[in-house]
Amino acid sequence: MSIVTCGAKGETALLMGNDAIARGALEAGVRVVAGYPGTPSSEIIQTLAGVASEQGLYVEWSANEKVGLEVAAAGSFAQLRSMAVMKQVGVNVASDFLLHLTECGTRAGMVLVSCEDPGGLSSTNEGDSRHYAKMMEFPLVEPGDFQEAKDMTAWCFELSEKLRNLVMLRSVTRMSHASGNVVLGEPGSNLMGSGSSPARFQFDGDFMDQMGGPVVTFPGMVDPMHRRQLEKLALAREIFETSPFNTYTGPGDPELLIITSSAAWLYAREALSLMGLEEQVGLLKLGTTWPLPPRLLAGHLQASEKIFIIEEGTPFLEDNVKVLWAELGPEMGTKRFFGRKNGPLPPTNELNPDLVARGLAEILGLTASAPDQTYSERAGKLAESHAPFRAMTFCPGCPHRASYWIINSALKQDNRDGFVCGDIGCYTMGAISCGFNTLKTSHAMGSGTGLASGFGKFNPFGFDQPVMAVSGDSTFFHAVMPALVNAVHNQADMILVVVDNSGTAMTGFQPHPGTLTDAGGGALPALDIARICEAMDIQVVIADPFEMGATEKILLDLLDEAGGVRVLILRQACALSPEKKGKRLFDMAVDEAACLAEDCGCNRLCTRIFGCPGLIWDPEAKKTRIDEVICVGCGVCASICPTGAISKKEVA
Amino acid sequence: MTAPQLPFDPYNLIITGVGGQGNVLASRLMGRMLVAQDYHITIGETFGASQRGGSVMSHLRISTQSAWSPQIPRGRAHMVIAIEPSETFRVLAAYGNPEVQVIWNTRPIHPISVITGQAVYPSREEISRGLTELSARHWPLDATDQAQIMGNPILGNIIMVGALSTISELPLGPDIFEKAIREMMPPAKVPVNLEAFSWGRGALTVK
Repeated sequence: MSIVTCGAKGETALLMGNDAIARGALEAGVRVVAGYPGTPSSEIIQTLAGVASEQGLYVEWSANEKVGLEVAAAGSFAQLRSMAVMKQVGVNVASDFLLHLTECGTRAGMVLVSCEDPGGLSSTNEGDSRHYAKMMEFPLVEPGDFQEAKDMTAWCFELSEKLRNLVMLRSVTRMSHASGNVVLGEPGSNLMGSGSSPARFQFDGDFMDQMGGPVVTFPGMVDPMHRRQLEKLALAREIFETSPFNTYTGPGDPELLIITSSAAWLYAREALSLMGLEEQVGLLKLGTTWPLPPRLLAGHLQASEKIFIIEEGTPFLEDNVKVLWAELGPEMGTKRFFGRKNGPLPPTNELNPDLVARGLAEILGLTASAPDQTYSERAGKLAESHAPFRAMTFCPGCPHRASYWIINSALKQDNRDGFVCGDIGCYTMGAISCGFNTLKTSHAMGSGTGLASGFGKFNPFGFDQPVMAVSGDSTFFHAVMPALVNAVHNQADMILVVVDNSGTAMTGFQPHPGTLTDAGGGALPALDIARICEAMDIQVVIADPFEMGATEKILLDLLDEAGGVRVLILRQACALSPEKKGKRLFDMAVDEAACLAEDCGCNRLCTRIFGCPGLIWDPEAKKTRIDEVICVGCGVCASICPTGAISKKEVA
Repeated sequence: MTAPQLPFDPYNLIITGVGGQGNVLASRLMGRMLVAQDYHITIGETFGASQRGGSVMSHLRISTQSAWSPQIPRGRAHMVIAIEPSETFRVLAAYGNPEVQVIWNTRPIHPISVITGQAVYPSREEISRGLTELSARHWPLDATDQAQIMGNPILGNIIMVGALSTISELPLGPDIFEKAIREMMPPAKVPVNLEAFSWGRGALTVK
């Protein structure tokens, strides 16, 4: 039984933040859930997909976040409580629709969950999508612990129905992927087909009829709609004045007032406890961070001259509190604000209790308690000598290692300074040594093909480098298709290599439009990438990256052909895919007599360059060995070894 | 019902290793065992991209009082469970202190820097000497080797939990383990996990 449906009301469970969000949505009776995978958000949809049939939900992994938000909005329009879930960059993808959606509003409760990654632990950026709430004028909430992650999610649906607009709930890695005690509420009851009124989209009213008219943004309607949206925001502000999710602990006249939100609240609490400052420093935790409730803030701002704003991400709260203080007028008095913008906290990267403690010490003129100096120095030295650097790398048996080996080798033989534009997935690691530093650009989903489409048109300017792009199979459907259409139509000279590993591997192997299952494992038709390309009149070749020699030859031939878009699909399932996991294809062995090691002339090609974690270089014996615990038996290293010392034997 | 007092509150436990060694499962399992006894548990974890061959770390805060930060403050770990030996040093550099205790699995997973020959992996003796220098007590444990004998190297994490149940004052006894593992695992996998826990529990002594 799933962790999000099993506990009864009043029971305490240990829930990961993302499971708490999923449970909160279930307790609120969510019906429609859609989004696109992205760390640290993916578990929410994954968990709900697992209980979709028993709970009567519609849950989908959408082609991209914009479509996900649209599917969820359709739910709201059809009177079904709905939720869209994505990571911070997904909100950028969804943002065009988001602007229009929040202008015309929603019907049944609708929540947008954005799970963000301060410090970029599993991201290529520190995007902070809270700014959308301000820019597009809709309410934003941020849970401060695991209980709140559940309770606020459930409350967001009610709030959304009161306002008739979308509510955004923002989480961060240290909330989504952290776990804590949660007292459960009533689990969701299956409403589908059990006497509840059927889902229906009403559209007979006029354009301004929020619940019964067409849901249309239209030039002549902009001003009245925008005014109505601002009225909703004003109502939210009023509700937030008394929200139980805004809490204060500390003295009535604090020497310093901390204003904080999200996981930063836990850091602030810990730092105050470490420094014994609970009686001196006030701690105002805001659960509702846009719009800010002015009367609540005024009461606290009046009590202290020094204000320390502690938050994960960009100085969003920091700026907004300052603006509010200016708006509140001269009776607030002079203040000194501290935060990420003026030193006490670093301007970038995620926070932790130590950084907060250091900031507190700086502001209050105290010495932050530091760990034992001699110990730290000794431990630091031993870490340098005893903990060799552990770089990110492709898994043992990963097809991307073989694909990049082929691409890299073909480009070298081609010898015209060709390069590859990268994209987003595990294969982004093609930019680092495990992918032989093959990628020379990497930005947003689909951007590799878009950039290649541009580079591929610069021949009239004397540009003569061969241009390639890579795309994963899920990324192909998410954002590569429009770029590819652009490249074909404009006759760009480029090769797209689709590294098709049969799933959205990086985020935990979710299905996508090219796979045969839905989010919950039910059967769906798969779209064929090769046929889609053929319908665009593209020449397509399908090859196996594990057949290194033959596939390299194909790529060299494609490089020789001048002009237009060529697509090479390298098809081999992810080593962690359900079909492969735990199943060994080959037993690998090294013939110690045949391995000439440093006398070979190969310069330790297998361990030094190919660098699969399943190989061990034994510096004493001066031989390569197979690590039985790590090797998954893909067989690829056998084709790397020039002396044939690595052998593969098919597992019976 | 209130949870029994702990030697430290919060008690700070770090489980470290390399992606794929079952770090997350070990932390969730212990978290579950302790929540069932009315402790407040906060677990901080990194997984996602960082998992791909990289170091992983779970921070467990165990308290009779409340939730704590999902990141332990520097220098404040009480116990480190290292499923990969060299990772211990990375953890101690940030969270260690002279009173910390360490249980470490002896089986290395070589990082790419070692496979390529750019870096050298420390010998078992060097690791042991280093840990003697940096900890109050440390216990080596051939967890992966034993797990392989039991049929699957992944069981190393459960063996380590079993060892911890003997070494630490945390209430992680066999009954509570069995209850949690039955909730978390399909029935077919329960016996081998019980066997692994029990082996780990018997493998070390506090003395």
